[in-house]
Amino acid sequence: MTTATDLQLDARGLNCPMPIVKTAQAIKGLASGQTLEVLATDPGSTKDFEAWSKTTGNLLVEQSVDGGVFRFVLRRK
Amino acid sequence: MTVADVPVTPETMPQPAAAPADEKQPKGLAIICYSGDLEKTWAAMILASTAGAMAMPTKVFVTFWGLQTFVRDDVRITGENWMQKMMSFMQRPGISHRKLSKMNFLGMGPWMMRKLASQYNVASPKELLEMAAAMGVEFIPCQMTMNMFGIRREDLIEGMGEPVGAATYLSYVGEDYSPLFI
Repeated sequence: MTTATDLQLDARGLNCPMPIVKTAQAIKGLASGQTLEVLATDPGSTKDFEAWSKTTGNLLVEQSVDGGVFRFVLRRK
Repeated sequence: MTVADVPVTPETMPQPAAAPADEKQPKGLAIICYSGDLEKTWAAMILASTAGAMAMPTKVFVTFWGLQTFVRDDVRITGENWMQKMMSFMQRPGISHRKLSKMNFLGMGPWMMRKLASQYNVASPKELLEMAAAMGVEFIPCQMTMNMFGIRREDLIEGMGEPVGAATYLSYVGEDYSPLFI
């Protein structure tokens, strides 16, 4: 059971730094408080999304992994 | 809505400047892009684009061999006198024509690197440069290097800042930008 998000970004198959760069681009399309779901397969992305969230202030509200696919839900500040 | 619906324009990119005064602004990053080698150019462009994505104010001062990287890909020969022209003839300028510092093997090394990168979905230095620029990363040419190699503003890629010197770079470090030499 996953919550519905306002925007989805498929970053599966992309390598560093593209999942983060694409996320930064995508979240600009949202209003403050809206959410973005990102799917990634880069194992480094777990730490990278935490770091990106901490630096930019966009909240990482959910993260999970399912069959090698990492899922992140971010709320635009 | 999917991400494909969001137009990728400078307006949709994160802009580092406009944080409200009460919020902590991430520290800036000031990269000296000195090397023109493919592997170091790649590292510099990964860090520049990621810093842009993290909304860090980011400046890239391009100097010596690094300036060759920022000559337009379609410019073959630069310089006014024969020595300057010879220098650009011996090493082709432009971000798509970088060579590896080791294992270049007449272009076999870079060819394999590019092949592997596209196979494993790793963005090229050129793609990373374009994304960094769209996210507000500033690329600043070194005036002295331009003079020494006879490189003109019109030889360089579009959107670069005013040519400046070492003092301007160091003033960024004085303003709380972390220095990085690549």
